[in-house]
Amino acid sequence: MGVVAFVVIAGIAVGSALGLVAKRNPIHAALFLVVNLGAVAVLYLTLGAQFLAVAQVAVYAGAIMVLFLFAIFVLIPGKEETGPDPRRSYRIVALPVGAALLALLAAVVVVGTRGAGSPAPAPDGVESIARLLFTDYLFPFEVTSVLLLAAMVGVMLLARRREG
Amino acid sequence: MAPDSWYVGLSAVLFSIGVVGVIVRRDPLVIFMSIELMLNAANLAFVAFGHRLGSADGQAIVFFVMAVAAAEVAVGLAIIVAIFRLRRRLSVDDLSTMRG
Repeated sequence: MGVVAFVVIAGIAVGSALGLVAKRNPIHAALFLVVNLGAVAVLYLTLGAQFLAVAQVAVYAGAIMVLFLFAIFVLIPGKEETGPDPRRSYRIVALPVGAALLALLAAVVVVGTRGAGSPAPAPDGVESIARLLFTDYLFPFEVTSVLLLAAMVGVMLLARRREG
Repeated sequence: MAPDSWYVGLSAVLFSIGVVGVIVRRDPLVIFMSIELMLNAANLAFVAFGHRLGSADGQAIVFFVMAVAAAEVAVGLAIIVAIFRLRRRLSVDDLSTMRG
């Protein structure tokens, strides 16, 4: 049952990722990315990471994708991918490079997980990550708020319309 | 329950697709989405490793990756909009001003 669920969700994730790369229209790419992020959120749930699944939907599929869609509406792209490709010779290399990287990563996964023992008992969902965030990771947690503030100020400076 | 190594394998597949997307596409927005795909694949590997070790540290790290990704997307999209204001064109092949 769990294996079937994993295969189905993994298929959705890989298919939507391929759609993201293959589709010409950036809005289609954004919507494929939403499907992909949702599928990965479900995988987080099957791994017992309920907090991350909800955060994934709220932060990635919600906030970040809205930003992307706004940028697409503002810029109205889509003409970049038409017409002759001046860098075609480079882009032909992409598939072999991707396949080689995948083979390398797959070899690492196969070698690294061979002879692994039985898994340790899973941490108990939301409580364990909450305890970690407010004890061991308290300082990075606070630094994150400074980072978000700095990003917000920087974005306002960058997106401001220059006078004159 | 599928073994944790399958999750890591899926993460490798998603990461490779993201790399191909970054190389193949010419639209900076879609390149950015491919980068998000790669970040997401790394997150999935973190959660799978954490599940395997029975520790929530992987989840905590993914939390920070999400926060940094949110900041990165906001800044990156602002840069893309600023470039579009200057150039009125949005192909990464034209952006060679900083080439040494």
